[in-house]
Amino acid sequence: MANKILIPTPLRPYTDKKDAVEVEGATIGELLADLTKKHGGLKGHLYNEQGKLRSFVNIYLNDDDIRYLQKEDTKVSAGDTISIIPSVAGGWR
Amino acid sequence: MRRVDVPADVDAAIRRHGQETYPHECCGALIGTGSQVEAAVAMPNTTEEGPRRRFLVRPSDYRLSEQRASEMGGELLGFYHSHPDHPARPSQFDLDHAWPNFAYIIVAVAGHGEAAGAAGAKAGDMTVWFLKEDRSSFDEGSLNGE
Repeated sequence: MANKILIPTPLRPYTDKKDAVEVEGATIGELLADLTKKHGGLKGHLYNEQGKLRSFVNIYLNDDDIRYLQKEDTKVSAGDTISIIPSVAGGWR
Repeated sequence: MRRVDVPADVDAAIRRHGQETYPHECCGALIGTGSQVEAAVAMPNTTEEGPRRRFLVRPSDYRLSEQRASEMGGELLGFYHSHPDHPARPSQFDLDHAWPNFAYIIVAVAGHGEAAGAAGAKAGDMTVWFLKEDRSSFDEGSLNGE
């Protein structure tokens, strides 16, 4: 099953400038794995050294943050839209 | 060195925002085309970790900043924030949370502490930074060729 995953501006250089990519999988985790397989440059910016999604990387299934669903085990259905939405954080300390 | 051009009115708006929110950090989106910033759009600092030392643009506001860029016919080029009473250099926290390919403008704002608030706060150095591809550090860019 193919779903569309929306790519935010800073990650588009790794997806041939595309703002959406078709990916295959039954869960969010599988879709993201397919995405990083197709576009390897994304991996280090989405995942930390322990292989976990970075804290400022938010994945939404339609309008819902997957942290409040079943995280990467969240199942997806045909027609669902998945979005990678940044949090932008910083500060002097 | 990557270059970012910021017109005088946008430069002034970023500095003013940093002064107005002192002793808290300000933040906002940079919209433009290529290396040319055309607008700075102030965003609410929604951090729950202490706005004197941190800022956070939450996902819903991030989405708005992309929408705004699109409406303006430009691109989202990056974000700016202030460092109250600290140099305009990125911190480890900035590095740990940085996105690639974005310009990060930092403005140092010197003031007279919490009690004085924004009164007398003065923006100083302004710098721009880009995350290295391996996320090990930032490269400093040039602002208006300086």
